[in-house]
Amino acid sequence: MTQNKPLPPVDAQSRAYWAACDAGQLLVQRCEACSHVQHYHRVLCTHCGHDKLTDVPASGTGTIRSFTVIRRAVSAAFEADVPYVVALIELQEGPTLMSNVINTPLELIAIGKPVELTFERRSESIAIPQFQIVETSR
Amino acid sequence: MGLRGSTAIIGIAETAVGKVPDRSATALCVDAALAAIRDAGLKLSDVDGLVTCNSMAQPYMYHAEAVAEYLGMRPRYCATAAAGGGATFTVLYQAALAIDAGICDTVVISMADSLRTGLSREQAMIMQSSSGHAQYETPYGATVPGYYALIAQAYLHAYGASPEHFAAVAVSGRKHACLNPTAEMRKPITIEDVLASRLIADPLRLLDCSLVSDGGAAVVLTRADRASHAPHAPVYLLGAGEGRGHEHISQAASLIHSSARQSGERAFLMAGVKPADVDFAQIYDCFTPVVLIEMEDLGLCGQGEAGDFFLRGDGAPGGRLPINTHGGLLSHCHPGNPGSMFALTESVRQIRRGAGERQVRDAEIGLVHAQGGILSSHCTVVLGSERTV
Repeated sequence: MTQNKPLPPVDAQSRAYWAACDAGQLLVQRCEACSHVQHYHRVLCTHCGHDKLTDVPASGTGTIRSFTVIRRAVSAAFEADVPYVVALIELQEGPTLMSNVINTPLELIAIGKPVELTFERRSESIAIPQFQIVETSR
Repeated sequence: MGLRGSTAIIGIAETAVGKVPDRSATALCVDAALAAIRDAGLKLSDVDGLVTCNSMAQPYMYHAEAVAEYLGMRPRYCATAAAGGGATFTVLYQAALAIDAGICDTVVISMADSLRTGLSREQAMIMQSSSGHAQYETPYGATVPGYYALIAQAYLHAYGASPEHFAAVAVSGRKHACLNPTAEMRKPITIEDVLASRLIADPLRLLDCSLVSDGGAAVVLTRADRASHAPHAPVYLLGAGEGRGHEHISQAASLIHSSARQSGERAFLMAGVKPADVDFAQIYDCFTPVVLIEMEDLGLCGQGEAGDFFLRGDGAPGGRLPINTHGGLLSHCHPGNPGSMFALTESVRQIRRGAGERQVRDAEIGLVHAQGGILSSHCTVVLGSERTV
């Protein structure tokens, strides 16, 4: 368990999302009217405005849309991790989310590379989605 | 269009910048306001509107109201800018609307902060990175340079650009700063210097990142019919436009295009000018790649061509289109939210033909563009001399 790193301030609309993360599942929202898929949890569809949205488990696969290697930590809690990767992951279902890319040598990280979901436990009730490069020929 | 030429900037002022430990952020804001009012040939009692932005070092819940109280002023129009760098020009636009609508006659816009000496490095870092989404971004430990590095990496990938293209922006800005006695960084730099500076968040290096400063600046905006009495030549607001895409970078539809495209189109339409009519431009340069994307979105360069523009020296002093003639956030100063005020005061000085060694020849029309968030909220303003109205 990591100490002192920020925990997401869970709210009434995101409770189901974070509860699923705690149980090892990443949820996205699908609009019942237009089938648009979105991240993060909202009370309306950003495509058509409809208010009936269904929680759908994401497959957990995606690609790196962009990334950076943080060389100067944002706070003391992250100093031991330097250098660490912050990335935008485009899920197979369409939406993008921010993540770290963990358990992966820096030289393997590039835009377009396939990644897979894992979780990092931050507290007894919070696990945050994380991604790692899909092992191929190794 | 209604607003074109209906208001003018008649007063400008800047405080000392860099490390200014002997003035609080509030005092810097007040100093700049009073000096701009003096520059306009007015007294505080002649001003009936006040706009400020909040300070990170010395915040108030209601900042402009607190500064009005400090000044002993009872403004008819009072507002605090709230959305980062782009808000500087948004509030200029809104003040012009308030004047045009007859709500007030003369507004002083003053912004200052003490990011350098009023906060510790860690405080400044955490404060600024709180622009990330608290649930979906902040837990991953990105810094502000880190958020912008995501854009930088995407730009390199999309256009086959190189870090030299980013470095060229910093080199160009420094050349202007070397001609500006008030700039913080006045030692010439080369592309090699930028590429040899340490990595902060790949691919961004130290010299791709803007400064962290104390300082403030102010302008006085009034109705055009009152502007001719001012001691200095009025500089007219010809056009303004805003554009917004996302707030958080993980929600951006594109990483290499921004809503500068819409803000620019709207400002050019109101001003009745084209990108080719602009004599100089001040482009928000919190990080070097942002300048490239904004130049392209504003139509000042073709897509993917802004890096070569800077490598050729086209944005440098005496170049085809001088960019950030005061040295910008990269080399002049960057006190956070007030940063782009200095682009505004510099633009007025250029159109007044009072910019000394760095004066752009025949400067009649200037464009200023700023954004806040992470390439999120954009505002473009076109300014012009009396002859252009």
